[in-house]
Amino acid sequence: MKKLFSFVSVAMLCMSMLASCAEADVSEDYEEEEEVTQQTVTIEDPDYYTRFKGKGISINVYNWGDYISTGADEGTIDVNGEFEKLTGIKVNYTNFATNEELYAKLKGGAASYDVIIPSDYMISKMIKEDMIQPIDFDNIPNFKYIMENFRNQDYDPENAYSVPYTWGTVGIMYDTTIIDIPKEDIDWDLLWNEDYADQILMFDNPRDAFAIAEIMLGYSLNTENEEELRHAAEKLRQQKKNVQAYVMDEVFDKMGAGDALIAPYYAGDALTIMDDNDSLDFVVPKSGTNLFVDAMCIPKSAKQKEAAEMYINFMCEPDIAFANIDYICYSTPHQAAYDMLDEEVQSSPITYPDQQFIKDKTSVFVNLSDEANQLMQDLWTEMKSAEDENVNKWIAPVFLVFCVFLMAFVLIRRHIKKKKDIF
Amino acid sequence: MKKIGKIYLGLVLFFLYVPIFVLIVFSFNETKSRSVFSGFTFDWYIRLFNNRIIISSLINTIIIACVSSVISTVLGTLAAIGINNMRKVPKTVVMNITNMPIINPEIVTGVSLMLLFVFFAARMNLEFGFVTLLIAHITFNVPYVILNVMPKFNQMDPHIYEAAQDLGCSPVKAFRKVVLPEIMPGVISGFLMSFTYSLDDFVISYFTSGSTSQTLPITIYSMTRRKVSPEINALSTLIFISVVIILVVKNVIEKRALKKAGKI
Amino acid sequence: MKLKYFSAPYLVWMVVFILVPLLMIAFFAFTNDEGRFTMKYISDVGQYANIFVRSIWLSLIATVICLVIAYPVAFILSRMEKHKQGTMLMIVMLPMWMNFLLRTYAWMTLLGNNGIINHLFGMIGLGPFKLINTSGAVVLGMVYNYLPFMILPLYSVMEKIDNSMFEAAEDLGCSYFQTLFRVIIPLSVPGITSGITMVFVPAISTFIISRMLGGGSNLLVGDLIEMQFLGNAYNPHLGAAMSLVLMVIILVIMTVMNQFDPDDQVLM
Repeated sequence: MKKLFSFVSVAMLCMSMLASCAEADVSEDYEEEEEVTQQTVTIEDPDYYTRFKGKGISINVYNWGDYISTGADEGTIDVNGEFEKLTGIKVNYTNFATNEELYAKLKGGAASYDVIIPSDYMISKMIKEDMIQPIDFDNIPNFKYIMENFRNQDYDPENAYSVPYTWGTVGIMYDTTIIDIPKEDIDWDLLWNEDYADQILMFDNPRDAFAIAEIMLGYSLNTENEEELRHAAEKLRQQKKNVQAYVMDEVFDKMGAGDALIAPYYAGDALTIMDDNDSLDFVVPKSGTNLFVDAMCIPKSAKQKEAAEMYINFMCEPDIAFANIDYICYSTPHQAAYDMLDEEVQSSPITYPDQQFIKDKTSVFVNLSDEANQLMQDLWTEMKSAEDENVNKWIAPVFLVFCVFLMAFVLIRRHIKKKKDIF
Repeated sequence: MKKIGKIYLGLVLFFLYVPIFVLIVFSFNETKSRSVFSGFTFDWYIRLFNNRIIISSLINTIIIACVSSVISTVLGTLAAIGINNMRKVPKTVVMNITNMPIINPEIVTGVSLMLLFVFFAARMNLEFGFVTLLIAHITFNVPYVILNVMPKFNQMDPHIYEAAQDLGCSPVKAFRKVVLPEIMPGVISGFLMSFTYSLDDFVISYFTSGSTSQTLPITIYSMTRRKVSPEINALSTLIFISVVIILVVKNVIEKRALKKAGKI
Repeated sequence: MKLKYFSAPYLVWMVVFILVPLLMIAFFAFTNDEGRFTMKYISDVGQYANIFVRSIWLSLIATVICLVIAYPVAFILSRMEKHKQGTMLMIVMLPMWMNFLLRTYAWMTLLGNNGIINHLFGMIGLGPFKLINTSGAVVLGMVYNYLPFMILPLYSVMEKIDNSMFEAAEDLGCSYFQTLFRVIIPLSVPGITSGITMVFVPAISTFIISRMLGGGSNLLVGDLIEMQFLGNAYNPHLGAAMSLVLMVIILVIMTVMNQFDPDDQVLM
């Protein structure tokens, strides 16, 4: 009887599994067909891409999470898949969450990547530490599409190491249904507003978090002055009691699900989240903000430099650049992709703020000196690990009691054992 | 008294199962909401199967789990045979070191292997990826195999191996016919244990994976950090169902084996 | 052919991939970038004493809660009819086989400000309560994830206690409580100690639970170590020093636990 029961349950489970698989298969086929009719990628110079066909080459691409069009949504392009199809080069695609994580992986020296996409200040740090190599721009004809004002930026003055991929500003995302402050009046101090204590998220990386404090205090975003950094840390410490959580990518989850009301984040990601949650809005604070550029680079340790350049060039194909930017919602430095966008997006103050504002009120990060970096890191860990007072007073006494108990127990046991030995 | 026990057990089971049950229910939810169920759909499963990163990391995970558990079973069984025949002092030393990866926090094992691989990478042409993952998985799997096989030797009469040889078996044949059947249950459970640990491992893989291969738990980790997508729920459901199937099948096989043994 | 040489391949493997890496942690902890001896990193760990204390504290609470919940469960299981025990045990252990990231994620969705629990409270006009991103949520995550680790060793010890023991105790005039404290608990000490280590060790070193349920402001030792190797504060030497300190703490606790073990066996 028992056996029969388990057999039946197994069979049922298998059936349900199969059913769900079959169902999925059917609709998958259906979807693929649809995709073909919807999307075609036109490549200007196919010959360029076929050089490595059949040689079994693979490249390792290390990108931000969810920072490329994957084809998971209906009617979008699977960029890596297209590249593999076109060139015969296999793409090993992995993700990181912060610039520092990328740095750690690369600095450890063991993981070898061919294409990485760090942000501005990390690029200048990597150039300084000789971790990335100059790109051969002859292999990247599509560089011609990159807008003039995104070339030769401060982080890479001669533009020898990087090809800009996206850019954007940092702003505040907030829930309009609960926060009834007029949009024009919203500024960074909203993140310190005690009325919304425990509803505020904050960046979980020192550079972005300090930047906000520095803007509020009127310092430069690239300050290396110890005094100013300490003031900024003090400012962040004041904020801590109102902060629900320090997060990076978790913002998607928490803001999307309405678990928090206010979060500073990158404009592009904010737009993606706002797609899911209508009650959110995004504002670039008028007192100024950080403008970031994420650019494609080739690490020193790359094994397939030419294939990497081919990949970078592919990413700059107008159709591909458009597909990516359309999917991730960041701002593009790519002229042709920009021209393909809807007018509504082109004039959006979130993704493409007006030039005057960018000039006057935003600044790009550059790499800080090692000392300043270290100080910032120390201040940050110190700020984050500071205790809530109410936990502290219990720990020590309980520990003492615990230890006393242990000692007593051990001693009593020894005593008993001795007694036993006597008998 | 019995009733209270049953209620208590029910409560604990409720605590253990409710989160999983909720995950499963919401994998069929039409919208992305995680608290309101608005309609039934299979969409998230379809998207899951279309997601290249998930599928490729699933394949990676299975390959690594298979290869590492086979290698560690062989290595561990041989080791158990050898250790069993050691003298007392070396035996204790070896067993204590073997216990290290089990007792040590996973993060320490992961970090220590990462340091080792970084060291090798700088001097030899080693790359973080499939090989490092495999080595790491074998390293934390072998101790489990040894711990599963060793007790079988203790239960076994040490003289039957000699007896078989006295009766004219060659050492190999004696081993195959006499020793192996005795330790087989330990070998199998060691294999299953290392297979499941390898499938499930996140922390050690996180520190030892590299640019070329990523296992499913690592992909899940990056998914949970990013968008709210019921794809994760769909994935959990599938994993849960496969776990149930594997366990039930395993139990059925074991019961059958027991019955057989009982008959003989 | 000597059977003991069978273990040669494993012994090589063990030395290269278990011993040497652990020695490398010690090496990294006591050297700087140039490879010279330094005590700097070890003494730097002192700065993070509060995080160590918090980790010990939270995982201690989680361990105690696990013990309290698991003890009756193991006892009830062990007193069931024999053929039911196996099935019941499987049902109790089954959630363990799900990937623990997914299990933790499940709690993320339950505890969120807009999660189901707060939603249910909302229906009866309460809340929303702040559940996630607290140290309570971290402890809950630990208890949920590691509870089966406590049940299993307890069960395997209690299973061996014969019912006649209780009858004997009763005949000799023991009350319920006396039976519990004089018979059951002393007999299950080995299960308690190994259960405690099996819960405490992973709990003190986790970095996933604190990150997913603690919201980044409840740092634990695990987070700190992870940050030194793959996170914001890249500094492998400091990370190695922290790992070393963590290992020592665990070693001390294990030694204390060994004191309670009547057979003086190797643990696990």
